Amino acid sequence: MRLAALLALALALPAVAEERVTGFEQMSEDLQAMQNDPVANPGLFWIADGETLWSEDPGTGADSCKGCHGDASDSMAGVAASYPAWDEESGRPVDLAGRINLCRTRHQDAEPFERVSDELLSLAAYLTHQSKGMPITPDDDPRTDPWRERGEDLFARRIGQLNLSCAQCHDRLAGGHLGSALIPQAHPTGYPQYRLEWETMGSLARRFDNCIFGVRAEPYEAGSEDYVSLELYLKSRAAGLTIESPAIRP
Amino acid sequence: MSALVNIPETAAPGEIVDIKVLLQHPMETGFRTGPDGKLVPRNIIHSLRCLYLSEEVFAAELFPAVTANPFFAFTLVAETTGEVEILWADDAGEEQRQSQTLTVG
Repeated sequence: MRLAALLALALALPAVAEERVTGFEQMSEDLQAMQNDPVANPGLFWIADGETLWSEDPGTGADSCKGCHGDASDSMAGVAASYPAWDEESGRPVDLAGRINLCRTRHQDAEPFERVSDELLSLAAYLTHQSKGMPITPDDDPRTDPWRERGEDLFARRIGQLNLSCAQCHDRLAGGHLGSALIPQAHPTGYPQYRLEWETMGSLARRFDNCIFGVRAEPYEAGSEDYVSLELYLKSRAAGLTIESPAIRP
Repeated sequence: MSALVNIPETAAPGEIVDIKVLLQHPMETGFRTGPDGKLVPRNIIHSLRCLYLSEEVFAAELFPAVTANPFFAFTLVAETTGEVEILWADDAGEEQRQSQTLTVG
């Protein structure tokens, strides 16, 4: 009788991982050491380039990022930890890379950077680096809530020829293996991050593309409403976890 | 292309000193095709050397299988105060050099 009750209880519980584990904690000690070593972490090149871009004249007569925002270590501390955030003017939430490009077009009269460009990755990595060690604190603007729900829907929706949802792997099978690769719980604590597989820095959108392509579905556009919704959901799922930057993953 | 070169500033005589070098480089293999369908020309760092007191103490020959942004770590024995130089060259003909004085005593 008691056994049956326990079994019923176990079945009633949602099949999600109870304890949150970041990709960093699941990496080998060697890779953790590589990430923590200030002379062995290749992500530092992008951070250094981002720092240069931060104070570089955009060439349009407008101020540099630093001209308005000042020292990033003051003005940008904790900012990346709360993105995606609501943008009044466009009436939707935007991700950090989207915000950088909006700043360029609105305030610097400059062309937006290509989504997959070293410039945008460098600036985003530099800004994320300013939140290193701070907890992820999702934007509490209630207008982002419907977007977050949409993200949760997307996370649970089966897609592609393989008919798989994000949740099937990253909630239910997290900690298991897909081939030889460990399935992480998908907490975006360090994006943009340096993946050894990519041999370069990459955005969360690139990671989404990888997974979605992997289940043989059509990836969305970087910065699209779908990706920003998904990121909003993942960030609230990872709320309180510590931002790492520059992060390394295998 | 930037580089992160870590050479200690001071060492005791006879001490084994760690040298770490991280280089920013695409290490293009020459086997990949670009968006136009043509092969992207090979451009890798093909050699890296370390001189201490003008004498070669470490040398490496690199090949297309080496990762982008390669990392090197090696040691040398500190003898007397002198310059530690790191030199590297790639297929595009770019030769770079970084050096630092190692004070022994």
